[in-house]
Amino acid sequence: MIYFDKVTKLYGNSAALEDINFSIEPGEFISIVGHSGAGKTTLMKMLLAEERPTSGDVYFQSANIHDVSRATLNQIRRRIGTIFQDFRLLPYKTAYENIAFAMEAAGRTDEEIYSDVPHVLELVDLGDKLNHFPHQLSGGEQQRVAIARAIVNQPDVIMADEPTGNLDPVNTFEVIQILKKVNDLGTTVILTTHNKGVIDSLKKRVITMDRGRIIRDDKEGMYVL
Amino acid sequence: MHVTPWTTIKRIFRTGFLNFWRNGFVTLSSILMMTITLFTLGLVVFSGVVLNTTLQSLRDKADINIYFTTSAPEDQILALQNTLQARPDVAQVVYTSSDAELAAFRDRHQNDQLTLQALDELGGNPLGAVLTVKAKDLTQYDAIAQFLEQQQSVGGGGSGSGSGSASSPIIDKVNYFDAAHRAAIDKLQSITDSAERIGLVIIIILSLVTVAISFNTVRLAIYTSRDEIAVMQLVGAGRNYIRAPFMVEAIMYGLFAGLFTLVLYYPITYWLGQQTASFFGDLNVFAYYMGHFFFFFVVIVGTGVVLGAIASFLAVRRYLKI
Repeated sequence: MIYFDKVTKLYGNSAALEDINFSIEPGEFISIVGHSGAGKTTLMKMLLAEERPTSGDVYFQSANIHDVSRATLNQIRRRIGTIFQDFRLLPYKTAYENIAFAMEAAGRTDEEIYSDVPHVLELVDLGDKLNHFPHQLSGGEQQRVAIARAIVNQPDVIMADEPTGNLDPVNTFEVIQILKKVNDLGTTVILTTHNKGVIDSLKKRVITMDRGRIIRDDKEGMYVL
Repeated sequence: MHVTPWTTIKRIFRTGFLNFWRNGFVTLSSILMMTITLFTLGLVVFSGVVLNTTLQSLRDKADINIYFTTSAPEDQILALQNTLQARPDVAQVVYTSSDAELAAFRDRHQNDQLTLQALDELGGNPLGAVLTVKAKDLTQYDAIAQFLEQQQSVGGGGSGSGSGSASSPIIDKVNYFDAAHRAAIDKLQSITDSAERIGLVIIIILSLVTVAISFNTVRLAIYTSRDEIAVMQLVGAGRNYIRAPFMVEAIMYGLFAGLFTLVLYYPITYWLGQQTASFFGDLNVFAYYMGHFFFFFVVIVGTGVVLGAIASFLAVRRYLKI
């Protein structure tokens, strides 16, 4: 489904990614671990075409995502739900509007938005905070809005870049539970994290990175650095 | 299940209006900055008008006076007036008869008994008739003067009129041949020319400053939203769908700033109109503003809206590269 083919990314002379080769199958739950600066976030950016590789290709299904038209790239991005460590909600939009925006961007009708947004907010347990702005929500609540935004278009893939980095253990647990549930329903999940406990409890595939290279790829991996 | 273009337009405007309303501080400061630039633009327009009117009234002060001898027959003078009037470079020829000249002289010196007594003692009317010639342009006085010189040397006026072919010259004096008068006209011309040139340079500079400040204002307003624009792209929103609400927002900045500027000019021109009417060569800026309000509305509000649209289009483009 997703395939990295000899991907290298240089910033000046230093390599953020070096000769990355791996593939992800539909429905997988894959965790990417590594120290800060190991290249996890750059890897994620490649998949969203937020950055271009210096060499190599990234494929989403059969499309080389750095070589498709803008319209196709937008289509692909709508099939990838993204969650970030710093939430990245739109600050002047309410929880409801943040999620509605992602649906509008995907070309969904007003009727779908009216019915789906309250439902998805209910799913992440924020049914009573529809009209709150991000600054009126706690970190955990903001992250749950971000998750709701990521899953509302029923994407093929969820990409979560250190989603629990700013959260306390309780919220961390809840976020991971939601991701597991989404994965159980068939969505591919790509997770980067520093949290050893999370990785060890998942018992799923783990890719370990160090200085821009993949040093381990274990089917039922543990957090080993 | 398809989203109609109407729904998309509705969403764009709703988002634009909401952003305008919710980014209160950014909105307010952007409108104020745009107001300053549109106000400057208004000043540019006003100074252009004032400069033109002042220069025109200065130019109107220039003329050539042809003094006729007391014996010059009126029909010949009128014939010369017609000839002059027919020239393409002459704007106006005013005839003042010798009687009118005398009346005007008496009027001017009504408090000067000595002069009036001397006049009475002379008996009769020592003053000849006068033709006052105004050219269409300051540069044309030379040609007119040349023509008059020919008339003078031929020994009469009223070329083309057969009546009483002159044996003695009817033109006594043409004041353009006075060095002082000529120098004054030349000087006036050089002053008005350079004033026009300086005015144009100032207008161009101020207009450029206006455009630069508006662009920067809108760019700063959108700069605060650069992260939002990035997120919008990452959730797969199309470029135009991201850009359009920002353009709606910036157009509203321009619209409100334009209206605010028009309101500000009302008391300012009202006050200035009374203070400066005599100074600006009888131009009342308030009357001018009111008389040309539609023009000012189109120029100021139109500029605000167009600048807002173009500036936001370009500013968002900077951040649409992901």
